[in-house]
Amino acid sequence: MILHTVSERRELLARSKTVAMVGASANAVRPSYFVFSYLRTKGRLDVTPINPTLNAIDGVKAYPSLAAYAAERGAPDIVDVFRKPAEALQTTREAIAVGAKAIWFQYGVINEEAIALADAAGLDVIVDRCIKVESARFDGGLTIGGMNSGIISSRRASKFSPND
Amino acid sequence: MSEPEHAFGLRTRALHAGAPPDPATGARALPIHFSSSFVFDSTEHAAELFALRTYGNIYSRIGNPTVSAFEERIANLEGGLGAVAAASGLAAQLTAVLCSAQAGDHLVASASLYGGTVTQFTVTLKRMGIACTLVNGDDPQAFAAAMLPNTRLAFTETIGNPQGNVADIAAIAAVAHAHGVPLVVDNTLASPVLCRPLEHGADIVVHSATKFLCGHGTALGGAIVESGKFPWGAGKHPLLSQPSPGYHDMNFAETFGEYAFLMRARTEILRDTGACLSPMNAWLIMQGLETLPLRMRAHVENARIVAEFLAKREEVAWVKYAELEGSPYRALAKTYLSRGAGAVFTFGLRGGRAAGRAFIDNLTLWSHLANVGDAKSLVIHPASTTHQQLNDDELRACGVTPEMVRLSVGLEDPEDLLWDLDRALKRAADAPEEAPAPRCDISRRPVAAS
Repeated sequence: MILHTVSERRELLARSKTVAMVGASANAVRPSYFVFSYLRTKGRLDVTPINPTLNAIDGVKAYPSLAAYAAERGAPDIVDVFRKPAEALQTTREAIAVGAKAIWFQYGVINEEAIALADAAGLDVIVDRCIKVESARFDGGLTIGGMNSGIISSRRASKFSPND
Repeated sequence: MSEPEHAFGLRTRALHAGAPPDPATGARALPIHFSSSFVFDSTEHAAELFALRTYGNIYSRIGNPTVSAFEERIANLEGGLGAVAAASGLAAQLTAVLCSAQAGDHLVASASLYGGTVTQFTVTLKRMGIACTLVNGDDPQAFAAAMLPNTRLAFTETIGNPQGNVADIAAIAAVAHAHGVPLVVDNTLASPVLCRPLEHGADIVVHSATKFLCGHGTALGGAIVESGKFPWGAGKHPLLSQPSPGYHDMNFAETFGEYAFLMRARTEILRDTGACLSPMNAWLIMQGLETLPLRMRAHVENARIVAEFLAKREEVAWVKYAELEGSPYRALAKTYLSRGAGAVFTFGLRGGRAAGRAFIDNLTLWSHLANVGDAKSLVIHPASTTHQQLNDDELRACGVTPEMVRLSVGLEDPEDLLWDLDRALKRAADAPEEAPAPRCDISRRPVAAS
């Protein structure tokens, strides 16, 4: 199912534990490194780089492929995609093959065929969003940064405390 | 399948956005975080914060939890991606300019802006090497004609202060975008209750929060709100699309995508100018914002009553309120200000400068001061105060006529406002005409206070 709403994204993040990040970079000024580093240090998600050119990022073991990850760690809850749109279809096939529950296409990673394929295979699909920004939306990070989280609530935050 | 998203209304968002109960204490009211600095969890956490890879508070010049609550609220009300608060409206627009332009660059702005803005753009920015061309703000093609290869932004006010002209935001935005530059709109006199410029194609909104947002004439403050939709990485803004030596060669557009402008405005411009908003002021502005939709409705109701009253008086030569019949801005006001054309406008007394002076001196309820957007009704006669150095010809040259009086209509009982105006108008009509002011140097600038 393609997830469109804020609450669907919140629920997906709440029920997920593992993220396999395809295309994670060790280059400190690359967006994928920012996202990786944020999830590793701040969030409650267990993030793993998938990159055949790296052994590890910041001490977290990298796997050369989703298949290699799944062989050791089992199916990831979310496959987070930092690839060129044209390469997203192959990543989607691999995500389906390893039994990923959701696929998250980062900003600009828009491939209609890949989206339709993942949707048809029963994965939850998020398109043209950033998993760091959406995590920060619910953990108070966007608010701290003066950004519009869109959250209106009179419930005291605890479930997504930044210090979880 | 989860429930459809609920879209909250403006009054609800004015009360809640940015300020859920305090997660640490459960406090329902927004706490005032009077702390210059914030502890790090660990050296790794500190490193992540300084590298901008995680969100958190470091030092209140760059961010403060009370201030960020205000930032989120104004961003939410304007429909923007986020906001950066500043010490005043002038500090906010300086932040917007410095985030997109540097020495050797150029701006195009409406000529009928608040005088303090004109001075900032044409004197102070000029000294810093940023040129500004002022154009007829009523003519989008005048913006187009003034565009240069090094133009970095276009600037206008939703409702001009004090001329009351209404900007054709969509048309000016289209011109700006055709030249690869963003449109910045000062939305101070409309507030997001009456107009949301980002919905009409503007890219950045700036506010003097001192006015209607705070609403009670207490705290100074300002904010910039950005849409997140402008293509900063397209090449026209090297400050955002090239490696920044101010932040270890980070490329803001590439690293932060839609957040590039706001991130650079905070982490480079606010960091280096120090023009940050005090948490106390942010709190006062947040108190005001809770009632902004209710207040704006009441301001507009009273403004309409006062404008119509003045338009019928024989002591009054003209009233420039965009909703009045005969206003050249009536059609634009219908498009952009359908909920009301604001509560700040000018009118002219038949008796000229002397009548203006006598009118002010005979008011007892309206406060004579240099501000707008207070809950209380305010009045000023520019020819005898902010612009008193200028003779009649010089006044006209800068759009201020000797007989012009500016009103900021407050929330009092309208009968009381009209009672005071009626008495002062009658007494001003009896005032003898005075000799013209002595000629003085045109280069002397009027005092720029609101």
